[in-house]
Amino acid sequence: MKRWLFGAAFLVLVGYLIGGGIWLHPFGVPARDEMDRYFIENAQAEVAANNVVTSIVFDYRGFDTLGEATVLLAAVVGVALVLRKVKG
Amino acid sequence: MSVVVRTVTRVILPVALAFGAYVIMHGHLTPGGGFQGGAVIASVVALLVVVYGGARLKGAKGWFAVLEDVGALAFVLLAFLGIGATFFRNVLAGSGGLFGNPVPQPGPNPGDLNTAGTLPLMNWAVGLKVIAGLGSVVLLLSLFGREDG
Repeated sequence: MKRWLFGAAFLVLVGYLIGGGIWLHPFGVPARDEMDRYFIENAQAEVAANNVVTSIVFDYRGFDTLGEATVLLAAVVGVALVLRKVKG
Repeated sequence: MSVVVRTVTRVILPVALAFGAYVIMHGHLTPGGGFQGGAVIASVVALLVVVYGGARLKGAKGWFAVLEDVGALAFVLLAFLGIGATFFRNVLAGSGGLFGNPVPQPGPNPGDLNTAGTLPLMNWAVGLKVIAGLGSVVLLLSLFGREDG
């Protein structure tokens, strides 16, 4: 009984993945591209940077990068805390 | 490590440091930036730890702590520069001063290092943070469990 259940679940999962591979959204054709268009057309003029990715990371989405830097800080603090020298 | 490894390390060291600094400095013109260049320089720290041993680099821990603080504070203060409009407002872009030039022409262009406002400064801040963070992680892992650590 259990084996049949797992077999059915496995078949459903495989079918789902195959279907997802077949009916995948075509690559390079975004469904909605207003925001992409805006960044590509205006980033050079607004931020004066050639690298649009950097202008998004540090200017348009700067708050996200602040969180990323905080995650790095937390990781380093965690490593320093776990590997600290303990007496005795 | 053997004398061959130590000699090759001395040759590679300045090249790797210069490449990391280049990736950070040109973050607003070419692919890469603070995180990537910082990781390149942190890999130099890993190389030094492997070749010379962590005990000889023990003194760098304090410097890494200072660098981490300087990077984090510089990043937040640069973000606060634009608080007159919004947090993270790029006030230096297009102002004509430091990093204030406009791009030479829209679309493909050779690039000008003196552009993009606060972006290069933030790249350096994040780069210092990543150098210090990843470098101290490598150093702490190598020193763990040693009597002289």
